[in-house]
Parts: sequence; structure tokens; C-alpha cells
Amino acid sequence: MTPLVPVSPTRKIAYGILFFVAFTGVWSLATFGGFVSKTFLADPLTMLHEGYDLFAVHGFAKDIGMTVWRVFGGFALAAILAVPLGIAMGAYKPIEAFFEPFVSFARYLPASAFIPLLILWAGIGEMQKLLVIFIGSFFQIVLMVAMTVGATRRDLVEAAYTLGANASGIVRRVLLPSSAPSIAESLRLVLGWAWTYVIVAELIGASSGIGHMITDSQALLNTGQIIFGIIIIGMIGLVSDFFFKWGNRRLFPWWSHA
Amino acid sequence: MSKLVIDRVGRTFPGVRGGGPTEALQPTSLRVADNDFITILGPSGCGKSTLLRIIAGLDVPTTGRVLLDGAPVAGPGADRGMVFQSYTLFPWLTVRENVCFGLREKGVPEARQIEVAHRWLGRVGLEGFEHHYPKMLSGGMQQRTAIARALANEPKILLLDEPFGALDNQTRSLMQELLLSIWETERKTVLFVTHDIEESIFMASRVVVMSARPGHIKADVPVPIAHPRPYTVKTSPEFSALKARLTEEIRVEALRAQVA
Repeated sequence: MTPLVPVSPTRKIAYGILFFVAFTGVWSLATFGGFVSKTFLADPLTMLHEGYDLFAVHGFAKDIGMTVWRVFGGFALAAILAVPLGIAMGAYKPIEAFFEPFVSFARYLPASAFIPLLILWAGIGEMQKLLVIFIGSFFQIVLMVAMTVGATRRDLVEAAYTLGANASGIVRRVLLPSSAPSIAESLRLVLGWAWTYVIVAELIGASSGIGHMITDSQALLNTGQIIFGIIIIGMIGLVSDFFFKWGNRRLFPWWSHA
Repeated sequence: MSKLVIDRVGRTFPGVRGGGPTEALQPTSLRVADNDFITILGPSGCGKSTLLRIIAGLDVPTTGRVLLDGAPVAGPGADRGMVFQSYTLFPWLTVRENVCFGLREKGVPEARQIEVAHRWLGRVGLEGFEHHYPKMLSGGMQQRTAIARALANEPKILLLDEPFGALDNQTRSLMQELLLSIWETERKTVLFVTHDIEESIFMASRVVVMSARPGHIKADVPVPIAHPRPYTVKTSPEFSALKARLTEEIRVEALRAQVA
């Protein structure tokens, strides 16, 4: 192996698959070989069987739908409000000076710690779940967008000024387009975090969703279902990530880091 | 009448981290006639870029003022086009969209924008590249686009800050010929900053030599070589004589800059 030398696309895919084969191999060895008790860890076949049961008997598809809806709902709400605020902060330093200290503080507040309060305020309905995602995503997006916009190449801004752009022209025609790919990239990252918040929100005080299924399975010591649920979350994340990346490449063909 | 009047313009940068203030540019005066091509020649760090940025309105002078057509300059504007040393094409816009940037900002109708862009892209030899993104172009092509972008805006004066500094020697020579031929046909007022002696003589009707920091004008040398100037004038005796003289002027300053 030589540092930084790329691998061919076929090999890259093969190596990626190899990991999952090795992982399943170790897992199978541990469970079928009797090294780990069935109570603590289900074997791969039981997991698949339980997964089938979840869909066929327990209506798991509805749970998945609920969770996906909550993630995208809360995330979209946060993004719609956070992106404009982040842009305003990045572009106008007084606005940044006003909000930045609070947002930096709020960013470190763990979204999960708000769950008891949010249950008190919003009950255990959908609003509470959306708010958990919102709190977890909003401040992160604001800061990342503000940083991206603030880091716009100064020479491009100066070039636009010498071409006759005024302040609003600078924001609309330089800061926005130059930051757009990085903003989309930040949204992709935060969406990944939103998935962890939704599961936590569903572990407490929910009657549907993947997180709720996992707590139910814990009560029944059904590790197969738990593992299946976790894998489903990972797969949905992978798919949404793929579409985000694909969309970014299509939207910003001029961007070289995509 | 002078197109551009630089009236005792000086620039002192405040000290950083407790250090004393730095005088980048001593109060400097210069008059630029309409349709003149002037190069400002000086060693690195002599304040020549600072002077150009002040004219462009991107920097504010500590003392003095700049007058363009008799009106004082207060901030950047479309009447002073600028080409930078770094590649400043907007990477998210195609070559043509880059050239149209200033026109769109002025509210020129789209059909007219495309017409103007077509003319200027033809002038700098980039027809057929209208729909390329900057990252697909070589450095020389990017700077040609930047020149077209600045000229399409019809500025009263064109400011160039070492625009060919990052290009290889051969490309640089071709770019000098291109810019000179544009000036010979279009007759724009041009102020060109460079540290390259040959470059400063080849294109200019006047070479303004600046001293090492703190910068001030130490010589104003006319270039009495007739136009059009083919690249072969670079080997003519009069060119060589000027080059010898300016080399001496600059060498002294470069040595002083080294000691300072």
C-alpha cells in the first residue's frame, strides 16, 4: 500500500462489501459458535427472521414511515429557519455579534436533555418529537451556515464590487451562490445527526416509530428485533445520504469538492 | 484634462499586536491623461497594489484623495474595472455569465448582455468557451476572461494588479500582446501594476517607478516607442536602453527593501 494512491472503482466496491462479509462472519462465529448467549445477542438468521416478522405481523413499515416523517419534518423546519439566519449572520457582522454567543451556547445543549421539558410543554404527541429534532438541528445549522458564508473568498467579493455590485448584489450574487454547495453539505451532515435525536425522542414517550419498537423489543429481550431496527436506521441514513450527495453533484456541477 | 488625479494619497496601516503603524504608501500624487497606458513598476511590498486598491475604492487612503473625471472616489464602482492577480472569476458562473456579471447588475437587457459578451470574448480569443466553467480553463484563459469581464462593463479606467503574475513566461508575453492590441484599437485609460520591467516598458506610454516601502514615486519615465508595437520591439536598442535604466532604478530599491 502506497499513501494516497487511489483504488479502482471495482476494487473499492469489493473492499466495501468485504467489510460487511467479515462483520457478518465474526457475528455468526460468535453466535452460532455458542460464544455469546442468545439472550444477549441474536444470530444473523434469527435477526432476519425477526425482521420479517416485524413487517409481516407488527406493521413495522408504519413505524418506519413515522420516524422518517419526524426526522424530515423537524429537520426541514430547522433548515427553513436556520439557513436564512445563518446567511444573515455570515453576511452582516452586527447580526452575527448579536446572535453568535447565544447560538454557540445553545449548540452545546444536548437535544435529548430537553425531552422531559418538551414533554411537559408539548405533551407526547408529534410536536414534541419535531421539537427535539428542531432543537438538535437548528443551532448547528445556523453556526455552520454562518461560518460558510463568512468564509466567502474576499477577492471574489472585491471583484463583484469593482463590477458595480451593491450590498444586496454581493449577498445575492456572490455570498449565496459561493456558499450554496457547502451549505448543502452542512445540511447533509446535520440530517445524519437528526437521525440520532429522533431515536432518542422515540425511546421516551412514543407510541410509534423505530425507537419505540426498539424499547418494546428490549422489554421482551428480543435482541434480533433491536438489531434489525438499528440496521434499518443505518440503511435509511445511507440512502438519504446518497440522494443528498447525488443532488449536490447535480445542482453544483462547478464545485470541485463535491 | 486628466482622467484620473491622485492627489497626495497616502496609506498607513495600524499596528497589529502592539506593533507600530506601518506606512505603506507615502503621500503620492499622479495624473493620468485620458486614453493613456501607464504602468506602475516597483519591488514587492512597495505599496503599488495599495495605491491601485485605493483607486478602485477597495481601500481607503489615510491622507489625500482620488478624483476620476473630477469627482472624488468614495468606494468601489463600475466606472473603475479591475483585474486581479488571483483568479477571481466566479466559479459558479460560466465564462459568458462571468462576462455578463456587471451588465446584469446594471440591468442591461439579456439579449444585449449576450451581444456584448460575445464581442469581448471574441476580442480575447475565447469564442467557443462561453459555456465552460472557470475550473475547466487554463490560467491564461481565466485572466483573458477576467479582462473581458472588466471591459464589457465599459469602465472609464481599467486597473490591472499584476494580472499576469501567476502565468508562465510564454503565456505572459502573449497576454501582454493581447492587452496592448486591445488598447491600441479601443483606446482605454489603463493603469497597470507590475514588478516585471520588460512588461512595464512593452505596454506603457509612461512607466512610473515606485520606491521600496514606504512607497513613493521616484521616477516617471516616458516610453517613446511608436505604436503599434510588435513583440520584436523588445529587442530594439531603445527598448534595451530603457530596460537598462529601469533595471538600475529597481535594483537600488530592491536592495533597500532587503535591508529594511
